[in-house]
Amino acid sequence: MTTRSVIPGLAKGMWITLKTLFKRVPTVQYPLEKEIPVPRARGVIALDVEACTVCMLCARECPDWCIYIEGHKEEQPPSKPGGRPRTRATLDRFDIDYALCMYCGICVEVCPFDALFWSPEFEYSEYGISEMLHDKERLTDWLATVPDPPSLES
Amino acid sequence: MIVVFGIGFWAGLALKIGIMAAIVPVVALPIIFAELKLSAHMQHRIGPYFAGGKFGWAQPLADGLKFFQKEDLVPDSADKVVYKIAPYLVLAAALAVFVVIPFGPDLIGRDLDLGIFFALAISSVSTIGILIAGWSSGNKYSLIGGLRAAAQLIAYELPLFLAVVGVVIQAETMSMIGIIDAQQTYEVFGLFAIPYIIPQFVGFVIFFIAALAELSRTPFDMPIAESELVMGYLTEYSGFRFAVFFIGEYIGIFTMSAIMATLWMGGYDPLFFDLASLSDVAANVIGPLVLFGKVAILVFLMIWMRWTFPRFREDQLQDLAWKWLIPIGLMNIAVTAIFKVVL
Amino acid sequence: MQTLDPQAMAHISEVSVSVELQTADMTLNIGPQHPSTHGVLRLVAKVDGERVSSVEPVIGYMHRGYEKLAEVRTYPQITALVNRIDWVSGFANEIPFVVAAERLMGLEVPERAQYIRLILTEMARISSHLIFMSSYPLEIGAATPLMHALRERERVLDLLESVTGGRFHPNFNRLGGVKPAAGAGAQTKKVVQDLPAGFLADTRAAMGKVRDICDDLEGLVTGNEIFQARTIGVGIMPADKAAAFGVSGPNLRASGPDYDLRKHADYLPYDRFDFEVPIGRNGDCFDRYRVRLEEIRQAASIIVQAVDSIPSGPLQAKVPKIIKVPEGEVYVRAENPKGEMGYHLVSDGGRMPYRLKVRSASFSNLSVLPWLLEGQLVPDLIAILGSLDFVLGDVDR
Repeated sequence: MTTRSVIPGLAKGMWITLKTLFKRVPTVQYPLEKEIPVPRARGVIALDVEACTVCMLCARECPDWCIYIEGHKEEQPPSKPGGRPRTRATLDRFDIDYALCMYCGICVEVCPFDALFWSPEFEYSEYGISEMLHDKERLTDWLATVPDPPSLES
Repeated sequence: MIVVFGIGFWAGLALKIGIMAAIVPVVALPIIFAELKLSAHMQHRIGPYFAGGKFGWAQPLADGLKFFQKEDLVPDSADKVVYKIAPYLVLAAALAVFVVIPFGPDLIGRDLDLGIFFALAISSVSTIGILIAGWSSGNKYSLIGGLRAAAQLIAYELPLFLAVVGVVIQAETMSMIGIIDAQQTYEVFGLFAIPYIIPQFVGFVIFFIAALAELSRTPFDMPIAESELVMGYLTEYSGFRFAVFFIGEYIGIFTMSAIMATLWMGGYDPLFFDLASLSDVAANVIGPLVLFGKVAILVFLMIWMRWTFPRFREDQLQDLAWKWLIPIGLMNIAVTAIFKVVL
Repeated sequence: MQTLDPQAMAHISEVSVSVELQTADMTLNIGPQHPSTHGVLRLVAKVDGERVSSVEPVIGYMHRGYEKLAEVRTYPQITALVNRIDWVSGFANEIPFVVAAERLMGLEVPERAQYIRLILTEMARISSHLIFMSSYPLEIGAATPLMHALRERERVLDLLESVTGGRFHPNFNRLGGVKPAAGAGAQTKKVVQDLPAGFLADTRAAMGKVRDICDDLEGLVTGNEIFQARTIGVGIMPADKAAAFGVSGPNLRASGPDYDLRKHADYLPYDRFDFEVPIGRNGDCFDRYRVRLEEIRQAASIIVQAVDSIPSGPLQAKVPKIIKVPEGEVYVRAENPKGEMGYHLVSDGGRMPYRLKVRSASFSNLSVLPWLLEGQLVPDLIAILGSLDFVLGDVDR
């Protein structure tokens, strides 16, 4: 530590902090103003109940098994008179436990019938861990927040 | 000097104590707020924002209130009595310095003949408080922190005193008021006073560095080095006792800055006109404001340095004191003495 | 009564001067909860005053059993898991694993996918090194570089998020390419997940900012004499010692060897880009810091080159719907921000790996600690610990 070298390095650092002192602060004051998340952000999973066929693929592929599905078969009247009555799988329960979910997106990817979507919404924190279990209705509500996909780089 | 505004001795004393009691806790709050806000903006953050409505000005008050609400925890392995006394010892030492700080021509607790000597001597008492805080906490980190503090404060008492000796030689007095008066010479065209920061610049720098070490502020904050010792001697303290330490620390910053302002920057004297030409009341109103302005400059410098520099290592700190500051301080005394005799 | 023989006295005084007072060592438990252990590392240090006489690192507080977990997960599920090993550079963790599986399957990854992988890997490197740039000065005692470095890191993470949808855990790699199509983000499902519009331009701008913060850090940290006094000549790790302990990455290169898997291995097309491998001379804390700072600049330059020359084309090779990896074993290693990351993948031909051995950089880098910390001072212990730049998830896995 020689006296000759002491001055410039320390002074330069102080100059940088002084410059920063007078710069505009880039902070986004969260509860007052919100940053808009990118459309692809994996915030919450939305469910389209109509499209779901209770195939269980998502529940099976989930790495930590946080999706709970129950369903039953329902007799449907034949579409044409005299036709064969059809059975249709109906969803009774579709729960995602967000306390367990690791937001990998595999369920959305494997869904063959386009029933699951990512939404960038993130404001669903709760006081109790059991409240993190979103049921069918809650998941359907998220559907309105699903944005259009971003345009692509050519 | 004793008679304030023409009232008697006891009434004047009561008034002084009243004023001091009102000022002392309050001076810490703006410094804490400045620290919060300036550090935030130096780091490109906003800092306190919500408390008090505008700019978060009430943040130090809110913090203090929070400390009051917390449980007063005493660790099981602590030496209970000593542990409880330690913070008040630090605070008492910091407060006692106020006795000799001149805020205005008449606004001084007691203009002791040995004013500056008293100030430095009494401020060293806080070392004992810190040492026993570290020892009595029953925590190894606290112990290391306390011992570091003791080693550091002992090493830096010396340059602190040596830096002051230069001023004392030049002013030919140890009284704080006397030192201020000695700076009011109006030598330059009979217009400007020459504060001692110009002839005694070396002493000022030494004192400033030593004061930073004495106050355990970055780059000399090893006693509480957060990344190494968690919080040093403060590790086990919480709630009100922590707040007392905290306030004591910031009052220490104020008193050290006030001493520096008095010794080197002319204290309450505005430097470009004579306070004596004003009425008594006006001089005692303007005086404190001038002093606070000078203190603000020094406090800003301290905050600025704290949020720019990393910290030294313990042995480098001792190196700096014994190999650099003390020899330079001694040389400064010798040179000052020679000039004093020659001129 | 003793006779006062001057000869004997001289002898005694000489001895008593040279003998040091024997004091009991104090055992200092640093961690698992401590501000500078980056999570849950525990160091049982024997200290004599401020001098550390021996250190024993205790790890395992964060063991999550990824190697065992991988044996009961399918390959697509494992890519979601492995990016959690070293969470500050999640994307870089996925690469060696998918490359290993692709090699066993004999998949040819399309050019564009390889370029995207490369760009995002280097972004992960920048974000990881910026974390180091923020936490290391903090350990030395300077709090301000933290906020400055994290501010710029946010730009890089935003870019990562705009492509992959995740800031820390992208899960963007698929066997045979990168995620080509998914329902993510749209009512009109199965949209192609190429780079979003404006990404390339944003990246160029962000890399300029990253270079600016490097200059700022040079002024704020590198040039600071106190920082230099704290780091130069502290924790010197000679090259042969480093190699013997299996240290890799910037920690090894700071000691001198020019060993960078981006130059020596072929897991991503790094050979098409022009970049330097920064090396240090002394192997002290300051060199480890300097090497990382320079690596940020080099990574920014690689990204700009890749962005300028990115080819168009498909993002995904032809892969069967149910992925089964043929029998065999393969070891793939990659240059991660923390050092050499390797996956030894053994497949028995099923949907899940038979065994997955993870060679993580931080674990091997940490093994040098007891040797490196012996006889150091407590403040230097923290300085050395920080300079190794480990992540506990990477140590314990």
